[in-house]
Amino acid sequence: METLIDYEVLRLVWWLFLGVLLIGFAIMDGFDLGVAALLPVVARTDVERRVAINSIGPVWDGNQVWLILGAGAIFAAWPAIYASAFSGFYIALFLVLVTLILRPVGFEFRNKIADPRWRGFWDTALTAGGIVPSLVFGVAFGNLLQGVPFRIDGEMRTLYEGSGLFELLNPFGLLAGLVSLAMLATHGAVYLSLKTDGAVRERAVSVVRVGAPATIVLFAVAGLWVAFALPGYALVSPVVTDGPSNPLFKEAARQSGAWLANYAAHPWMIAAPALGFLGFAGAWAATLRDRPGTAFVLSAGGIAGIVATAGVSMFPFLMPSSIVPSASLTVWDASSSHRTLLVMLVATLIFLPIILAYTSFVFRTLRGRVGPDDIRRQSGSLY
Amino acid sequence: MFDFDPMSLSRLQFGMTALYHFLFVPLTLGLSFLLAIMESVYVMTGRPIWRDMTQFWGKLFGINFAMGVATGITMEFQFGTNWAYYSHYVGDIFGAPLAIEGLMAFFLESSFVGLFFFGWNRLSKVGHLTVTWLVAIGSNLSALWILIANGWMQNPVGAVFNPDTMRMELASFWELLFNPVAQAKFVHTVSAGYVTGAVFVLAISAWYLRRGRHTAFATRSMIVASAFGLASALSVVVLGDESGYSVGEHQRMKLAAIEGMWETEPAPAGFTLFAWPDQEKQENHAAVTVPWALGLIATRSADTELPGIRELVAKAEARIRNGLVAYDALERLRADRSDTAARAALAAHAADLGHALLLKRYTADPRTADAATIARAANDVVPKVAPLFWSFRIMVALGFSFIALFAVAFWYSCRRTFTNPLFLRVCVLALPTPWLAAELGWFVAEFGRQPWAIDGVLPTFLASSSISSGQVLFSLTGFVLFYSSLAVVDVILMRKYVRMGPAEALHPAASAPRTVPAA
Repeated sequence: METLIDYEVLRLVWWLFLGVLLIGFAIMDGFDLGVAALLPVVARTDVERRVAINSIGPVWDGNQVWLILGAGAIFAAWPAIYASAFSGFYIALFLVLVTLILRPVGFEFRNKIADPRWRGFWDTALTAGGIVPSLVFGVAFGNLLQGVPFRIDGEMRTLYEGSGLFELLNPFGLLAGLVSLAMLATHGAVYLSLKTDGAVRERAVSVVRVGAPATIVLFAVAGLWVAFALPGYALVSPVVTDGPSNPLFKEAARQSGAWLANYAAHPWMIAAPALGFLGFAGAWAATLRDRPGTAFVLSAGGIAGIVATAGVSMFPFLMPSSIVPSASLTVWDASSSHRTLLVMLVATLIFLPIILAYTSFVFRTLRGRVGPDDIRRQSGSLY
Repeated sequence: MFDFDPMSLSRLQFGMTALYHFLFVPLTLGLSFLLAIMESVYVMTGRPIWRDMTQFWGKLFGINFAMGVATGITMEFQFGTNWAYYSHYVGDIFGAPLAIEGLMAFFLESSFVGLFFFGWNRLSKVGHLTVTWLVAIGSNLSALWILIANGWMQNPVGAVFNPDTMRMELASFWELLFNPVAQAKFVHTVSAGYVTGAVFVLAISAWYLRRGRHTAFATRSMIVASAFGLASALSVVVLGDESGYSVGEHQRMKLAAIEGMWETEPAPAGFTLFAWPDQEKQENHAAVTVPWALGLIATRSADTELPGIRELVAKAEARIRNGLVAYDALERLRADRSDTAARAALAAHAADLGHALLLKRYTADPRTADAATIARAANDVVPKVAPLFWSFRIMVALGFSFIALFAVAFWYSCRRTFTNPLFLRVCVLALPTPWLAAELGWFVAEFGRQPWAIDGVLPTFLASSSISSGQVLFSLTGFVLFYSSLAVVDVILMRKYVRMGPAEALHPAASAPRTVPAA
């Protein structure tokens, strides 16, 4: 069993899967978050709000599992990340959880009572449930790129020296948050232009016209910031790729320009940021030409490019430490054991294709647009 | 009595959120199968009333399901946010079932639940029925993987300590998968969920019958609930997870604590029906005991001895001393990774390393502990007896009362009429009891696991994150207020739809609320 696939390859595969799951979440649940965030912008009347909500009503629950699965996979494959990142971003994650919890109950409870104050309350809650997680996930990435203030003691306990939430809200962190919010809101608007009819669709198209260029500009500013003003991290001891997962066995240092080193060594990696720019430019162009299906595929590609850019820039770092760089968590020293990675690989190879198959079945079954007439006709059975 | 340190607050938060979550999970487990059964009858007979039953109970299912999802997200994330050292120490093993749960079960359930609600006009009859069954199967598979993870906390098989990474690592996936404790817990827990679903349908239907509303609808619902409930209630008691308590040292401690069994008794041990356990003096007051019963139930044999609490404490003390050898070897190994003698000594005694960690409550370096401290730490392995003793008895009494309730209900359903007003009244009053039994069951399982986070491997007080009390107090307060408000809204909406009844809830335009229109 130990010789079937070596430890280095397994760690690389799980780094890729981590990316696949995060991108899967950002694409699939991303449009739910975007639609929720845009609720007050694209829908004014109750019927319009219900058009927007019902366009994601039957699918958001399945989409959210990408997040649950992503967290589960980090727990199983990258337990050190699971432990350090989640406890380090404690209050930020609490805010994400509270607002994410508002979604299932918001969808389910909103239409059960007709009072406009009741519905207005849940509209606000759903909007918060779209904006806060989108923003916080970006802020978290922004802070990972800068390094997080933690050390690891001899018993492998992660100790923080940060002051909590407000420290995360630094200028670069906020910029990354805005990239994430702009990207998911644009993606949500593209989805609405594909899946709804009437006023909601028209307003969604206007949002894409502004949102796609805004995403491109914000992503470019973040890129320039990383290139010229944000020091990265680099391994300075010989790299052991198949050693035990103990971050204290290596040495690392903070170096300016280190986040560009991978692009210099492997120029093909520039494909990731290029995909980010081209995806959103294409989504913008396709929306202008009234090709919403193409626009959706392209904005999904843009999201994949932007998320992959963060991963590729940092590789092999996953969570650098700003105060003790040598305690940083990397692909080579933060993973599960060889056996667990292999078991999880087998499970993923069996179940991920099945998931993709029934997910596409569900979306095919639900094909077509939701319009105001559907809401009026099936008022009792829709959200 | 209560400490405001981050670990105690995190325990309180985890306990609270878990109990909230389990207000909604058992109903999802049970009701999903009841929906699948009702819809199967609809597809086989083609009678619209069975579709109305599926859709109306499905509406209530939807309200409950949303709360289950909402409270479930928190559970997974808390391991990372509040129990970071736990996540580091056992994530290699514990994370796998949670991730597989997502891959195999939760995706299935959540992807198809949308089609269950919104796919009635988009799928064929058989297609929709398949979707309903997949939701039921998905939610039950989900329970399987969660209980494999939880079963491992109670009986950590298939794992070894790795000194290079300072954590437990997976040694055998099959042992993790076929952990006898996990299997016993799974059957017991899902059966409890089926009972909850059946009591829910039974109680609300009885409420309609008492008022003479929706008679045809309610009678059919009661017949399904009675048969399903009787099978489930029998299964939950007969396959009760007490069988799992005879496995592993701490499970035995939990069993001894549940039974208030301070001394080892000659086999087969008696079952203490009633007593007032005294933790200080380690004895029971006013005990009423049924001879033989416990030994027969717990060991399924007449001559296997069950160890009492004092004997288990003495064993724990020996394991602490043995664990100190492992701890010392680990310290030498950390100073010099090439020390092969230390590596060998650690490997030989690693099974007891966790017991040495119990001393960390009293001293930073367990090797400096004196005999009195070791004795004190050994005594810590005894959970608080009285709350376990009583919670368990109330749960078991409720378990037997469910059998009685469903036996009577089944007898009435064989006669196809439920007219006895007393019986209907009892059915309505029974509504909250399965939740009480389920919450008590979890309390016994997890409070009885203390002082361990992972039995014999990692004490709870070492497992938490390095976060501040202020942070946990903030999130704890937030969750309690937030979940309590949502739970109130949930109950209000459930009441609203129950009072509205199937006719009006499903066909808002129909003017005759007392009959179920054929659609």
